[in-house]
Amino acid sequence: MEQKTNVKADEGKQDVTITRQFDLPLELLFKAYEDPEIVAQWMGTKVLKLESRKHGNYQFETTDKNGNKVFGASGVIHEFLPNQKITRTFEMDNSPFGVQLEVYEFEKISDDVSKLNMHVIYESAAQRDQVLKLPFAYGINMAHNRLQEIVSKLKNK
Amino acid sequence: MNLRRDVFQAIADPTRRAILLLVASQSMTAGAIAANFDTARPTVSKHLQILTECELLQQEQNGREISYHINAKKMKEVADFIEPFRKMWDDRFNKLESVMKKYKTKK
Repeated sequence: MEQKTNVKADEGKQDVTITRQFDLPLELLFKAYEDPEIVAQWMGTKVLKLESRKHGNYQFETTDKNGNKVFGASGVIHEFLPNQKITRTFEMDNSPFGVQLEVYEFEKISDDVSKLNMHVIYESAAQRDQVLKLPFAYGINMAHNRLQEIVSKLKNK
Repeated sequence: MNLRRDVFQAIADPTRRAILLLVASQSMTAGAIAANFDTARPTVSKHLQILTECELLQQEQNGREISYHINAKKMKEVADFIEPFRKMWDDRFNKLESVMKKYKTKK
């Protein structure tokens, strides 16, 4: 099965590489990371602040229908090269995951296809593994649990 | 989006999970698998096709009959703890792609 999004996380390492090919021109892909309104749309969070430049800050916040904050994250942009590269820190509020360093590289494949290479470095291998397990914690994928039931019934082949 | 090739979509269906459990211990022909269900034979064939497309099942030609067995490697790969994380990003990036495609046509 050809996958559009790939994740590479070697055991015992403290980083993750996420790559994705988009059916979008490079400029549009980059815009999705540059424009606060667009970021809000696809991330599904409020963008309180996003200064797309070197030394700029950003701040995301998601609230539930009663106005309680359920997610918050912020960071600083260290490198901002339009249509090429963004380097920034990322920290989730009230979480034990620490500060992570994110390096985004944008690449043109053809006029209508572009690629994103996202390299995330955590403070430690243990923290990285905790983040990788987040989707379980939030029960994002019920079907995955069912799958594991079946795998557990498989003989060790 | 090609939903039929989505492993999680495949596994979300109770009949398909029952099929995977059936063939987990031994390979079986389509007829033998269908005999375990009340559903019509073409429906079972459709399920087998979907599971095969997702590479959760593998086909084997045995003379005139085709038998199915589970692809343990694929099953374990998908059940690996990285997969939900990958799926989460995949969903997020799909959203990004559709937002930008709309943005492009609006301009």
